[in-house]
Amino acid sequence: MKNILKLFSVIILFSVSSVNVISAEKVEFLKTDWTFKGLFGKFDRASLQRGYQVYTEVCAACHSMKYLSYRNLSEKGGPEFSVAQAKAIAASFEVTDGPNADGEMFQRPGKLSDKFVMPYENVKAAEAANGGAYPPDMSVLVKARGGGVDYIYSLLQGYEDAPSGMILDDGVHYNKYMYGNKIKMSAPLSDGIIEYSDGTNPTVEQMSKDVTTFLMWAAEPSLEARHQMGFKAIVYLIILTILVYFSMKRIWSRVKSEV
Amino acid sequence: MSDHEYTPKSKAGKWFNDRLPLLTLANHLTDYPTPKNLNYWWTFGGILTFCLITQIVTGLVLAMHYIAHADMAFESVEHIMRDVNYGWLIRYIHANGASMFFLAVYIHIFRSLFYGSYKSPREIIWIIGIIIYLLMMAAAFMGYVLPWGQMSFWGATVITNLFSAIPFVGEGVVTWLWGGYSVDNPTLTRFFTLHYLIPFLILGLVVLHIWALHVPGNNNPVGIDVKKPSKDTVPFHPYIVIKDGFALLMFMIVFAFFVFYAPNILGHADNYIEANPLVTPAHIVPEWYLLPFYAILRSVPDKLLGVVAMLSAILILAVLPWLDTSKIRSAVFRPLYKQFYWILVADVLILGYVGAMPAEGLYLLIARVATAYYFLHFLVILPVLGLKERTIPLPLSITEPVLGGSPNMAMAKKKESKIE
Repeated sequence: MKNILKLFSVIILFSVSSVNVISAEKVEFLKTDWTFKGLFGKFDRASLQRGYQVYTEVCAACHSMKYLSYRNLSEKGGPEFSVAQAKAIAASFEVTDGPNADGEMFQRPGKLSDKFVMPYENVKAAEAANGGAYPPDMSVLVKARGGGVDYIYSLLQGYEDAPSGMILDDGVHYNKYMYGNKIKMSAPLSDGIIEYSDGTNPTVEQMSKDVTTFLMWAAEPSLEARHQMGFKAIVYLIILTILVYFSMKRIWSRVKSEV
Repeated sequence: MSDHEYTPKSKAGKWFNDRLPLLTLANHLTDYPTPKNLNYWWTFGGILTFCLITQIVTGLVLAMHYIAHADMAFESVEHIMRDVNYGWLIRYIHANGASMFFLAVYIHIFRSLFYGSYKSPREIIWIIGIIIYLLMMAAAFMGYVLPWGQMSFWGATVITNLFSAIPFVGEGVVTWLWGGYSVDNPTLTRFFTLHYLIPFLILGLVVLHIWALHVPGNNNPVGIDVKKPSKDTVPFHPYIVIKDGFALLMFMIVFAFFVFYAPNILGHADNYIEANPLVTPAHIVPEWYLLPFYAILRSVPDKLLGVVAMLSAILILAVLPWLDTSKIRSAVFRPLYKQFYWILVADVLILGYVGAMPAEGLYLLIARVATAYYFLHFLVILPVLGLKERTIPLPLSITEPVLGGSPNMAMAKKKESKIE
């Protein structure tokens, strides 16, 4: 049994050290309590719904979310809008469909099965409208940045005046948490920029937290299912391991040997 | 071994077995006499078999939904993550499974190094193992390319470009590998094909690996030959089956932790950005399991020599049975080798660490020293040590030390005196 413990600790040490190597980050990000972290982590439903509001009223002007569909908004483990609400949200967007029988493309209200409507026709159009910088698609943005949610959360609140001596080009802004500190996106949030339908006070901090939560869900829609299944799987494995351990002891008691 | 005397009890069984001796094989596998002093480091063979099967089964399902096309690969992975039933689970098992596979194979290899399992008469097992390891690296590398993220694309560009170091034909070889003038759709489709093929080659080699193992039988912590079957051995079933099963379950707990609670921690964030040939990531880093070799590659200033050094670092293992001149297998009875063994382990870990860091300044210096030491260990220390080292006398049988509670006689005696 001593050997097993040794072995186990080696494996854990090894995985921890390899993790440290990979996620070595220099900047200290702002911290907040994320409800979706930990063994039983779940999304804060109200925060997700508010986060969607921030996304659609602020971010969606420039940032696409091309891998999400309107139906996702009513799915379990997400913002869990009612199906009627999700339908209404979808219908508020104009979707280009076609060609129809005459060979023409046409506009129609969105349906649940439609993907989120993109703000620009293509990457080039997005670049042209944003001074040459492509506003990245937000579907998996949280997973595509070292530091993940903490990074996005900090970045949204990281706009400051540039330190003296730093010269910024036109259309470039200073951000404490951006790689190289220069960012093309102007500060997207300001206190009271939107009005939350549930009456929450829309401070920059609150909106940053809500929209980051929403982005986490967008990147990892199965997070809740994963945590739930993970807990069951690991408990099951531990029980089975214990049972097998005693069976093993029993079987090996027939021979003169250590196990 | 009782293979030859085995006859099935039933008439039908006998009829079948006379024509295709599958039952004899099954009987051989269950009765296979195994040294009873094997410790938990020996359970990784079974764990590795589990890893291979897991990768094949999950990979098969992923291949049903994945689209190997430069314009659609990234999207199809997101489709798997979002729309395929339990697609996220299958993909995370597959992606983390690769890391688990390498974790297990490194433990398996270092166990072999500690207990001298590569020595006569087990050289062929060892060499087949090294070929499997090489194929694993190829499969893992190509698998990492398939999601067509930024690290996929640029990792593929860096690694395939290594072939351009070959004198005269290098450039031509690279163009041939790419199927064009840069990493692009033809590269992706051929990598997918090869990624699908290699696991089955590995499976075949695993059969040979086990076959070759069953000729001399297992080495053991004491490293002396065992009479088979005898009171030093136990039949594979149920003794080793249950022990391997127990260790496998422990391993699966670690595996499950990664899959369910930290599925992206071993990957690189940049691989969630779709491949873009016009934007190079700040640091191009391979997956953790290739880092030591990446460090060796970068520690040599010349490109061709760097590639040669990296390949030699792996291939040198294949001739290890002849570089190690000691007749004693187990490090337990080789006090000096034991020290050098742990230095080598530290050396490889250091190489892995500097492989993840930028190749400059102190990191580069450390990488160079560690690379030099790696080769020194195999080319100088091992051959000399075998001739010079004063070893501890071997016990007559494994039962002797096992009854003392430890494979090391000196330690066993110490233990006894404590009890008194």
